[in-house]
Amino acid sequence: MLALFNIANSITQEVKRMITIREYFKAKTLEEAYGQLICNRKNTVFGGGAFIRMGSKNIPLAIDLSEAGLAYIEEDEHEIKIGAMTTFGDIEHSQLLSKYFDNMLAKSVREIVGIQLRNIVTVGGTVYSRYGFSDFLTGLLALDTYVNLYKGGTIPLERFLKEGPKEEDILENLSIKKDNRKATFLSMRNCKGDYAILNVALSNLDGKFRIAVGARPNRATLAYEAMKYLDRLNNQITKEDIHKAAKIASEELVFGTNTRGSSFYRKQICYVLIKQGLMEVLGYED
Amino acid sequence: MKIEMKVNGQNKQFDISPDEYLVDTLRNNGYTSVKKGCDTGVCGCCTVHMDGKAILSCVILSAKAAGHEITTIEGVKEEAKKVGEYLVEEGVEQCGYCSTGLIMNILYMEKHIKEPSDEEILHYLSGNLCRCTGYTGQLRAIKKYLEARKNENSK
Repeated sequence: MLALFNIANSITQEVKRMITIREYFKAKTLEEAYGQLICNRKNTVFGGGAFIRMGSKNIPLAIDLSEAGLAYIEEDEHEIKIGAMTTFGDIEHSQLLSKYFDNMLAKSVREIVGIQLRNIVTVGGTVYSRYGFSDFLTGLLALDTYVNLYKGGTIPLERFLKEGPKEEDILENLSIKKDNRKATFLSMRNCKGDYAILNVALSNLDGKFRIAVGARPNRATLAYEAMKYLDRLNNQITKEDIHKAAKIASEELVFGTNTRGSSFYRKQICYVLIKQGLMEVLGYED
Repeated sequence: MKIEMKVNGQNKQFDISPDEYLVDTLRNNGYTSVKKGCDTGVCGCCTVHMDGKAILSCVILSAKAAGHEITTIEGVKEEAKKVGEYLVEEGVEQCGYCSTGLIMNILYMEKHIKEPSDEEILHYLSGNLCRCTGYTGQLRAIKKYLEARKNENSK
């Protein structure tokens, strides 16, 4: 009986985990893509398609942006621009990004499953979807990052994560201000390649801190009270201050419980990771 | 819908449905070295190269792969055989199901890192799961293979 139940259950799971696509369209420009997107509210823009793969959806039209010229990592005097179709593999191995922020963005993606998946997952797919489990979003939030939407224009990532897009839109690229901040990324996972139980990213720019915490399991957010506490210290920060800031952050943030961990556990881990991260960006030894 | 792509250097045309994944298109057209494991982009059994990059064919839609160059293990037989010999020697070949995906990823890693450390090898191959072994045999095999290749290239 149990064997039959297990078989039926696995078949049901298989049926549940299916997407159907009626038509497929490779857009050459964002304008083309947007024109198709707004024809039907179920039409879907595909980044890498990795997370969609695991769901169950009926899609009248899949819109592929891989030929729309959106895979790039560039810089000018003031900022770095990352195109929406840039993959996590590109982020991980980017010579340009390795020169900035202590290569924190590469660290934020390198534990995601395996290199094969990182060669598929895109910046646009992750950022626009505002996934709670995302390591990359947490890393970006610790930097001065903006999302550039086709219709919605330029919005700080912080606001985009809270509010989402105002209407159906397409993410064109991200821009990150080049400001020489020191940064780090840490996470707690059950094993290599698994989703994080919790992730944190921190940065310090001349005594102004950004502390981002994600996979709470909710999406990344900033620990504002902890940041305010540290900013008031004018970069004269002792180890005792670090302990206090980490405690403030772990108490101000909201954590939830899922199969990977309890809210109580996440709170404890938050304190530890933030303490460790602050030691790193301040250059203190443990 | 009809799509075209290059598979192992040959131009191919396939008739697919828009929601068909590359692993199914390849397997349905004779490239059965490409294995279906988890079918959700985690185990690495379905690893192939697309334009020289290791990707998971169970996650890439065939329509997305249209116009690109796909390499399966059938297309790199000689190189794969060399890697395979070291895997066999170190007792890594048990059921064999993970092997093609693993070998494709090893060949990809070889092109991208010169003289990887143990940690770099394990990091690169964390996307290839094996239920039979404990991965130590794979690490030994890969190190011996890379050492042998280094000696070959220096001659």
